[in-house]
Amino acid sequence: MSNSVILKVEHLKKYFPIKAGVFRKIVGWVKAVDDVSFEVLEGETLGIVGESGCGKSTLGMTILRLYEPTAGRVVFAGKEISRLSSSALRPIRKDMQMIFQDPFGSLNPRMRIGSIIEEGMSVHGLYSSTERKEKVRELLEKVGLSADYVNRYPHEFSGGQRQRIGIARAMALSPRLIIADEAVSSLDVSIRSQILNLMKELKREYSFTYLFISHDLAVVRQICDRVLVMYLGRIVEIADKKVIFSRPLHPYTVALISAVPVPDPDYVVDRVILHGDVPSPIHPPSGCYFAPRCPVAERCRKDEPPLVEVENGHWVACHLPGSLSLKRENGDKKC
Amino acid sequence: MTQPQHENMLEVKDIKVYFYDDEGRELKAVDGVSFSVRRGETIALVGESGCGKSVTSMALLQLVDSRGKIVGGKVIFEGQDLLLLPEAKMRTVRGKDIAVIFQEPASALNPVYTIGEQIIEAIILHQKLSFRQAREVAREMLRLVGIPEPEKRLNEYPHELSGGMKQRAMIAMALSCRPKLLIADEPTTSLDVTIQAQILELIRELQKKLGMSVILITHDLGIVADMSQRVVVMYAGKVVEEADRTEIFKNPLHPYTIGLLRSIPRLDREQTKLETIPGVVPDPSSFPVGCRFRGRCLYESPTCCEVPPPTLVGNNHLVNCHHWQEVRQGKETARF
Ligand SMILES: Nc1ncnc2c1ncn2[C@@H]1O[C@H](COP(=O)(O)OP(=O)(O)OP(=O)(O)O)[C@@H](O)[C@H]1O
Ligand SMILES: Nc1ncnc2c1ncn2[C@@H]1O[C@H](COP(=O)(O)OP(=O)(O)OP(=O)(O)O)[C@@H](O)[C@H]1O
Ligand code: SF4
Ligand SMILES: [Mg+2]
Ligand SMILES: [Mg+2]
Repeated sequence: MSNSVILKVEHLKKYFPIKAGVFRKIVGWVKAVDDVSFEVLEGETLGIVGESGCGKSTLGMTILRLYEPTAGRVVFAGKEISRLSSSALRPIRKDMQMIFQDPFGSLNPRMRIGSIIEEGMSVHGLYSSTERKEKVRELLEKVGLSADYVNRYPHEFSGGQRQRIGIARAMALSPRLIIADEAVSSLDVSIRSQILNLMKELKREYSFTYLFISHDLAVVRQICDRVLVMYLGRIVEIADKKVIFSRPLHPYTVALISAVPVPDPDYVVDRVILHGDVPSPIHPPSGCYFAPRCPVAERCRKDEPPLVEVENGHWVACHLPGSLSLKRENGDKKC
Repeated sequence: MTQPQHENMLEVKDIKVYFYDDEGRELKAVDGVSFSVRRGETIALVGESGCGKSVTSMALLQLVDSRGKIVGGKVIFEGQDLLLLPEAKMRTVRGKDIAVIFQEPASALNPVYTIGEQIIEAIILHQKLSFRQAREVAREMLRLVGIPEPEKRLNEYPHELSGGMKQRAMIAMALSCRPKLLIADEPTTSLDVTIQAQILELIRELQKKLGMSVILITHDLGIVADMSQRVVVMYAGKVVEEADRTEIFKNPLHPYTIGLLRSIPRLDREQTKLETIPGVVPDPSSFPVGCRFRGRCLYESPTCCEVPPPTLVGNNHLVNCHHWQEVRQGKETARF
């Protein structure tokens, strides 16, 4: 990992209009991403975790300008891309790729998968036609698929196979930044490990940078350098991976880590069960967004906690950081 | 096996689904799969990506892509072979008696109708309820799956929902008709662990209340350990091992199952390199003869060129491997 910042996100916001009635009039806003700032170093893997619907995919899509930001700046490799015209953006697109959460919807059903993977390379005029064909076959094998699949259509694959086609497509352009949105969620543990090892290898060799969005904390622990935790459109904690898993400070992070199911029928964990309704990004609560469900909240419903650096590189947005801690023990394991 | 027959809500016997590609080759994607599900029971179907889990479970409902065909087998659901039912009858079974949570929600939801319209339509189709009542049920279901402001979300289109919300909308739709059997294909891949726990609890509750049976397809072995009573392990279109949950985790006997369990990443420590099963999954057009795990197996011998017979090795524990005894003693052949 180098020390140069490859991606800088400053006060980024993305609001979606809520429309109602026959005329689909705008009646409010979904604050999917609400004032998010962070930096990523070249060659670093930053994990992004958080509740379903908290804005992770929207954040990824807005960084890549697949959604227009409502406000804020995105600086990639020293260039502010949040205001570039689409033609000025095109050459930069090659360096920033996304692996989409929904492989089915992101693969054109009428194209054979060989052409799907090749498309980006031909659009950007990379390699000769035969080299591209060769590269496609190579990529397919790297993600654990047979090179003979090039002439098949997306619907002829299993869910996990389609997901790997999306991965091969993103890697085809050797981008500098890959935003991987639940990229390995439909893969069995063995193939998933194979893909993660491949990602690690590319990172070592070519200094690939990843934003790795995932619900699977075990995977995040194995692949990421730092972890960013989101809640309702905002960052609640960022820290080094080791710190997040051993000494999480935000009560939401603690609840999240304690709820992971463990593949051992005898394992007993002390889960922090969250009560109360999941709040909505349409009508966020006052004060700390997590307060209505937080087991240790006190005055937190009144004042909004700012994101502050509590120790080197460890940022938390909580009035009472560390008052809920992680308990994890190996139950009554008999052996 | 010791259970009387009628306790089985579903018996799948030797089902085969083949696909035919452009060159006219036969792809034996699912090739003689059998298992049964008792009333109120959850069985987990696990195995490598592409091994035939989704195709098997969709075949139970006669849902097979036009390139494929169910070429054999029986699906006995409450005493009746579903594969013999005409399409019109089948339509009343789908969604009502047997509901599905599809692996890719985006492919199962219709982009031009709101979430509400789709759930309400499903409810009205299978239950005698007025529109108003159905809307109330739909709203309540969305609330139960943890979607905030369900009233507003009913009016949204699938593309306006996050990946996990789409998945939950589909779960709500599947559960709204109180099915007897639920096929849940990777139901929680887009959900964070807290919501996942809530959804699994909801499924468990419905099981207790309605005696619903569940076929759970998942790559998350943590969920398998948490939810299922029995585990069926598939590899390359065949069942390779089947046993009670604790038995599978404590005493796995098929070399593939062992490789699978070894590849689980750990949350409690860091690993420099993640374990994988060596070799690649064979393509359905060129499965090895005999045992299909050949070429990747640490216990392989020349005998393995013959199809391994299913062996009952203990209480409800079935394994398809010539060398399960050596596996039990941990003697790997020195091939690798
Ligand atoms: N329409 C089709 N035409 C040809 N082959 C198909 C078709 N649908 C599925 N297959 C093949 O059948 C095999 C089994 O697919 P299936 O979807 O059942 O896998 P799966 O076990 O559900 O995998 P995953 O965990 O990745 O979802 C795969 O090799 C797949 O490529
Ligand atoms: N195109 C859109 N139009 C309107 N609202 C949207 C759109 N895309 C996302 N949203 C809303 O923005 C919020 C954040 O969604 P997003 O998809 O970013 O969540 P996520 O963190 O990726 O969740 P998941 O883990 O479930 O995929 C949600 O409330 C969602 O309904
Ligand atoms: S039958 Fe042979 S090749 Fe197949 S799993 Fe057993 S030992 Fe391995
Ligand atoms: Mg998402
Ligand atoms: Mg599948």
